[in-house]
Amino acid sequence: MNKVYNNRAWFLILPMLMLVAFSAIIPLMTVVNYSVQDVFDANTRFFTGTEWFEVMLNDPALQAALLRQFAFSFTILAIEVPLGIGIALLMPKRGWQASAVLILITLPLLIPWNVVGSIWQLFTRGDIGLMGVGIRELGYAYNITRNPADAWATIILMDVWHWTPLIALLCYSGLRSIPDAYYQAARIDRASKWAVFRYIQLPKLTNVLVIGVLLRFMHSFMIYAEPFVLTGGGPGSSTTFLSQSLTTMAIGQQDLGPSAAFSLIYFLIILLVCWVFYTAIMNSQKDNTTQGGA
Amino acid sequence: MSLILENIDHVVNGAVHIEGVNLELAPGSFNVLLGRTLAGKTTLMRIMAGLEPPTRGRVLMHGEDVTRTSVRKRNVSMVYQQFINYPAMTVYDNIASPLKLARVPREEIRRRVHETASMLHIEHLLERYPAELSGGQQQRTAMGRALVKDADLILFDEPLVNLDYKLREEFREELRELFKARNCIAVYATTEPNEALALGGHTAVLHEGRLLQYGPTEDVYHRPRDVLTAEMFSEPPINVVPAIVSGTEVTFDRNVHFPLNRDLAGLSPGQYQFGVRASHIGLERQAKDDLELEVQVDIAEISGSETFLHVRNELFHLVLHLTGVYEFAVDQPLKVYFPTHKIYAFDRNGDVVHIPSRPGAH
Amino acid sequence: MAQITLKSLAHSYSPSPSGPEDYAIREMEHVWHQGGAYALLGPSGCGKSTLLNIISGLLTPSDGQVLFDDRVVNELAPEERNIAQVFQFPVVYDTMTVYDNLAFPLRNVGTPAAKIRERVAEVADVLDLTSLLKRKARNLTADEKQKVSMGRGLVRDDVSAILFDEPLTVIDPQLKWKLRRKLKEIHERFNITMIYVTHDQLEASTFADKIAVMYEGQVVQFGTPRELFETPAHTFVGYFIGSPGMNLMEVARTEEGVRTGTVDLTLPPALRNAIHRSRSRNIKLGIRPEFVEVLTEPGEASYPVEIDNVQDLGTYRIVSFTFAGMPFRARLGEDRPLPRRHAYVRFPEAWLNLYIDEFRVEVGQ
Repeated sequence: MNKVYNNRAWFLILPMLMLVAFSAIIPLMTVVNYSVQDVFDANTRFFTGTEWFEVMLNDPALQAALLRQFAFSFTILAIEVPLGIGIALLMPKRGWQASAVLILITLPLLIPWNVVGSIWQLFTRGDIGLMGVGIRELGYAYNITRNPADAWATIILMDVWHWTPLIALLCYSGLRSIPDAYYQAARIDRASKWAVFRYIQLPKLTNVLVIGVLLRFMHSFMIYAEPFVLTGGGPGSSTTFLSQSLTTMAIGQQDLGPSAAFSLIYFLIILLVCWVFYTAIMNSQKDNTTQGGA
Repeated sequence: MSLILENIDHVVNGAVHIEGVNLELAPGSFNVLLGRTLAGKTTLMRIMAGLEPPTRGRVLMHGEDVTRTSVRKRNVSMVYQQFINYPAMTVYDNIASPLKLARVPREEIRRRVHETASMLHIEHLLERYPAELSGGQQQRTAMGRALVKDADLILFDEPLVNLDYKLREEFREELRELFKARNCIAVYATTEPNEALALGGHTAVLHEGRLLQYGPTEDVYHRPRDVLTAEMFSEPPINVVPAIVSGTEVTFDRNVHFPLNRDLAGLSPGQYQFGVRASHIGLERQAKDDLELEVQVDIAEISGSETFLHVRNELFHLVLHLTGVYEFAVDQPLKVYFPTHKIYAFDRNGDVVHIPSRPGAH
Repeated sequence: MAQITLKSLAHSYSPSPSGPEDYAIREMEHVWHQGGAYALLGPSGCGKSTLLNIISGLLTPSDGQVLFDDRVVNELAPEERNIAQVFQFPVVYDTMTVYDNLAFPLRNVGTPAAKIRERVAEVADVLDLTSLLKRKARNLTADEKQKVSMGRGLVRDDVSAILFDEPLTVIDPQLKWKLRRKLKEIHERFNITMIYVTHDQLEASTFADKIAVMYEGQVVQFGTPRELFETPAHTFVGYFIGSPGMNLMEVARTEEGVRTGTVDLTLPPALRNAIHRSRSRNIKLGIRPEFVEVLTEPGEASYPVEIDNVQDLGTYRIVSFTFAGMPFRARLGEDRPLPRRHAYVRFPEAWLNLYIDEFRVEVGQ
């Protein structure tokens, strides 16, 4: 076959390549460059190989931050996903109530991160904050600057408040796309409410949930502004998550080499977890009883 | 203004969609592309329109090579299965839209829109919006848009599948009339052999990306080149039965024998496939040399005024096309009569070697 | 198992209907007998889906009653009516296997596992699904999925009726007849009332022993496929059934006979008398294209006509001609001689139907 290949079309992706190069590849390479050097000043630097990576992986403070980070991410996912689905199931399906509820639910999503932190900082203050005062009135010595458990619980509550609406919205749109015939068939089959959820709604929600969970996971791994404003990472380092450790190191202490190595590790972790997660979900959807190509 | 396709191949990601198609459509001709789903009808139309360049081969429009010319520079219009109209425009504006794009003067637009609309019987609907129309009226509007601009080539991609059968009947009759006075080439894709027959003109039978036969519709129907063409161009499909001719006798699967008649006398001994049209097998003996076969009813499919009777015995599965309504129970035993003088004979390669004469032909 | 009776049933979507045109279903009486194979046939918008939803319980009728045997079920929800329904687009539980899909309706009511196994095996066998039982339902083809959704209705032995809502829409044309045969087999084996809703005359006449033709919210004929073809009870049935539909001519009484347009008709006395007895101004005669005789020479009671067009459909032809100013069609076998331009037509009296105010009137001999 003397098939004619017209390759001119490849030129069309040049602008996109350049954009990606400027926005992603070049910065990333700079970081890679720093991670294998020890930089003293603009003119003095030594090649260190994998030394910084070893140091970072063995640093107990960072290991602790990483563990804290995983604990945080999984906790909020475990709360937000079921809660989001629950809210979506309860939302009105049509009429003005549907629009009103949609707007109400969306509100937290419109608030910038650092503002969320400030709002909650005020909200939880023991002297004037509604929640802080309220809880103290109930007789519990609530204090997020002293008690790590209080700080943790508050940060999780804040994240749940901020981001559950995203899951709820995704699920709501997923639920709306299920044809009526499915519900009718289930009624005729005399399925219980639970069976309808388990065998019709949940399977149809899988795709939007994958997107929702991935988004929320990446988001939560990068969480910075809210805890920084609310607790400053304290008390102690009990709410210091990865991004904050990194910022402290890179900006505060100017440890460019170690923080570059750490950034790369951080990036690879997110990539790895997302990949594992995505592959696991996609595999579970495949039919493992299907034989060869059927 | 003729359209010529030369050695067209089309391969997408290694899958062959069109293979070695050569086709010449005469100026002013009405052509039907007949084939089952995935036979390559839509791909071929997209290549004709210039929506997609073929992997190999040339497309010539009045002698000029337009293989790589974009659809925007060819004078082509297309009507789809779905009723595609601009929802925010009235029927008038919908039909006028190609003319406005071509910057035709206002008065001229008005005249041509009204002319087209009256041809399609939608003149009274010009002020309405597509959402206010029935399916048939929406498709008429879409056709109006295709017809108004005097295209060199008009393509119809199964335009009637989403309409109910009464509307389909009306449209088929009108379409033939619409194109009688036009000088453009019309190409009409369909999966239904009966639609091809009703539309007349020329028919190209496509199967798995290959062109089986092209010619005047009646000719292709009555004189198929091979067994595949005969099967594709008949609904219900022509009954095909393996047969052995030896000496003066025909044998179906070792069991049913009958003497070679005058029609089949020219067949040399060997293996054949015999084809008999569903409408030629009857419930009553029509000629004295008809073969009587004992069968059981698989199902009688009744279509209002006709019956498609599926029957079988140990050897065959046959379909009869009967005029009128006949009700049969599943598995009911029955005798059917197989005409020996209306047999198409195909050789082992499937090529036609005998075509029965038609008493009513003129 | 049940007989379904519709008693003075009517339905209007508007809360205060003012006239018959406000009714999606006009007042009707109808009985679907236990074990029958029925079809509900009509064009889109004729009210057949409304009627189906009333029977299945998805919609409560505004007037009249729905009875299953002797029980009024107007207020009962679908799940309380023991009705199974097969929808236009196959509804299967994607994440379940075919086996679990079939077992689902039984599990929902706590049927013992052994009984479930037995019923599922039986139904899977009838529907040729046995080899697929372990497969996930999402990976099935459209016809397999449709069989699964049918099977969910069949596994229950308490089902009073199965309703089909255009179930073959998404099935590959080459597979349709096999599924139609399967349906008939199932009907014979299970003795369940089945009601099949469709706009397609082929689907309806193939499946059903009796067809209810709906037009503008009314059942205009309830009869066998053969009756719909030979003696359409309403002009709409004549038009809608058959391709092409019935030829209809408006006729008027004259002093000595019957006239259509400018042509005086030669009619048998019984028919002529029936027309003369009628008071209506809306009188029509109908004859199917299959029964119109086209002749090359004039014969007894023949009329001269001009042939407008001949469509050659392979093994038969549709001849269009103008008779008394009205377009007519005749269907001619390929062996019959075809006149060129001038022809004579006869309308055999056995096949002439008389319609007064659009409904057929039986003419005694």
